[in-house]
Amino acid sequence: MNILPFVRTRRLGKVSVSAVTLAHGGGGKAMKDLVDDVFVAAFDERGEPLEDQARFDLNTLGAHGDRLAFTTDSFVVDPLFFPGGDIGKLAVCGTVNDLAVGGARPLFLSCAVILEEGVAVDLLRRVTRSMAQVANDAGVRIVTGDTKVVPRGACDKIFVTTTGIGMIPVGIDLGVDKACPNDVVLVNGLLGDHGAAILCARGDMALETPIESDCACLHGLISALLAAAPGTRFIRDATRGGIATVLNEIAEASHVSIEIQEERTPIREEVKAFCEILGLDPLYLANEGKIVAVVPAHQADAALAAMRGHPLGAHAAMIGRIGSEIEGRVTMRTTFGGRRIVDMLVGEQLPRIC
Amino acid sequence: MKYVDEFRDGEKARVLISEIETLVASMALPPDRPLYLMEVCGGHTHSIFRYGLEGMLPKEIELVHGPGCPVCVLPMGRVDDCVAIAEDPKVIFTTFGDAMRVPGSKKSLLQAKADGADVRMVYSPMDALDLARRSPEREVVFFGLGFETTMPSTALTILEAESEGIRNFSVFCNHITIVPTIKAILDSPGLQLDGFLGPGHVSMVIGTAPYEFIANFYRKPMVVAGFEPLDILHSIWMLLKQIKDGRAEVENQYARVVPDAGNDPALNAVSRVYELREFFEWRGLGSIDHSGVRLREAYAQYDAERKFTIPNVRIADPKSCQCGEVLKGALKPWQCKVFGTSCTPEAPLGALMVSSEGACAAYYQYGGQRRQAEVV
Ligand code: SF4
Repeated sequence: MNILPFVRTRRLGKVSVSAVTLAHGGGGKAMKDLVDDVFVAAFDERGEPLEDQARFDLNTLGAHGDRLAFTTDSFVVDPLFFPGGDIGKLAVCGTVNDLAVGGARPLFLSCAVILEEGVAVDLLRRVTRSMAQVANDAGVRIVTGDTKVVPRGACDKIFVTTTGIGMIPVGIDLGVDKACPNDVVLVNGLLGDHGAAILCARGDMALETPIESDCACLHGLISALLAAAPGTRFIRDATRGGIATVLNEIAEASHVSIEIQEERTPIREEVKAFCEILGLDPLYLANEGKIVAVVPAHQADAALAAMRGHPLGAHAAMIGRIGSEIEGRVTMRTTFGGRRIVDMLVGEQLPRIC
Repeated sequence: MKYVDEFRDGEKARVLISEIETLVASMALPPDRPLYLMEVCGGHTHSIFRYGLEGMLPKEIELVHGPGCPVCVLPMGRVDDCVAIAEDPKVIFTTFGDAMRVPGSKKSLLQAKADGADVRMVYSPMDALDLARRSPEREVVFFGLGFETTMPSTALTILEAESEGIRNFSVFCNHITIVPTIKAILDSPGLQLDGFLGPGHVSMVIGTAPYEFIANFYRKPMVVAGFEPLDILHSIWMLLKQIKDGRAEVENQYARVVPDAGNDPALNAVSRVYELREFFEWRGLGSIDHSGVRLREAYAQYDAERKFTIPNVRIADPKSCQCGEVLKGALKPWQCKVFGTSCTPEAPLGALMVSSEGACAAYYQYGGQRRQAEVV
């Protein structure tokens, strides 16, 4: 209930200290100032009164589809800012993409942050501005949130959790168990950029590479794909664990085999070289702007054209096919003419000694 | 990468494979006795799996994945020593990535890190030295491991620390040397090997001369091989030629990188800084004389073994673990009793499951729990 709307009038510049302190999590004035000045100012310029919950009109929601999609994800990344993105952009794109790969139209996000005492207010501002910018570009609204401050050392600078709501249009029904023999496997571009960019940005290896994270909101590309190939069986964004992990999940859930072709799998030369040096496999590197889609063969060309027609799909490629050889097995034909198994990754990829 | 692509040309591979097939066919081998070729180096094992080479070769050739992954031959007791050093609160313990997961008798370095030890992954010993410069109040210990490949860079780092007078840096030296190891394998009873793919990186440092005894004394052919898939196929072809001609020589396929005489500056640094240990314990292979090095007295202040009290307890490998047999080529990884059941990369019992260069992990990752034979 909105008893004293004028109390909520927001003024900027109320936070004058340069670092977050425990008081900013205390629930009192310091906290309110931080929320108003840093979060609300970035996320909600409409000046609506703040409530403890966001409220949605069901009729408006219903106009977008017949099922609600709901997802949540937490983001912890070191460093917070990296070439091609930052934790805020990641937190918005990640959740938007989790909705979009289910065919949903992303609409609303929440944003909860855990701040380490001592984190610079300016840094936080940069993160929230980046979130606001990306959300705005993506046409989604950040409508509710939460802030906690923990003592120094209890977390690493900033952790962000975003939850998202979207609507799935009538008739779209994607599933990881729906792949059939002869379907094709598509990706929308160069793989492994995010994983490589983050590893480079950590700076503890003396490697300078021009690799940028591919972090992006993919719902536009996905709706173009679904319009061109309405028979699409399944879409997933290939984040942690890379495309190898997604392919294994499909093979297992759909009881099929998958074979991909190394020479068709788009990977930037720099990423290849980087992996070569460290003994990593790009198929397992994380992406933040790449999907794997399984499409019936007769719609493959249309799907590919639709993706290539979108700015985030310029390097889209058909990388392989669903088969029926041995259930659950993913293999790769190497450029060299050999064939290897692409298994689930165990633990984290660690660079080899030499 | 353009340069490298030359060595990954599928067309050239097909030509080589068919030449290998012709050679093998002309040798009239008995059906139940394939040719056993051992690649000594973990980097080769990795490439063989990465490019699916095993499946491309005629079935008369069997590749045996040798002891060349330094992480895989690290005994449990040594990992315990690392953990003991790392748990000292004044220490920052630095190590290469894949050494973090090797099981000790109680925990791995990764688990020690989770329990609060300051363990950090570095990409070279110079990074560790740099950390020491930046953290003067802490003692930075670098876990020096690897064959002659990594030995010079550790030695050069110690020399650099000395010239700068850095005092809070030391090396827990577990470097090992390849030649006595190959000799130990050649001496093991019931050996069935017909030839060796010699390690490319190690040879860059030591050259090819140290392997002459393999050809002269043991009458086994060796070809020092590069790491690209064409290098490996080419080297296999060279080995087969030797076998067919009844020759046993040390040949250098990797001459574009490996000078026959080795690399002088690297060798100088190595001999300045290290001396041979009488014995060194290997995982699965037992103690091999003169197979490890330690720091010379002159560099005692950079020797973690002298700076810290190290438990140095010998821990026997778990009974069910058959790493030794696999390392010597007597068993294929999947024939080990615990492969894929109680020994997996998530919870490795033996060290061959740890590094992606280890034969067991490579089979598990690139061959699945299913046998490689199924793949092609
Ligand atoms: S399966 Fe495990 S115990 Fe057996 S040989 Fe391989 S690493 Fe050693």
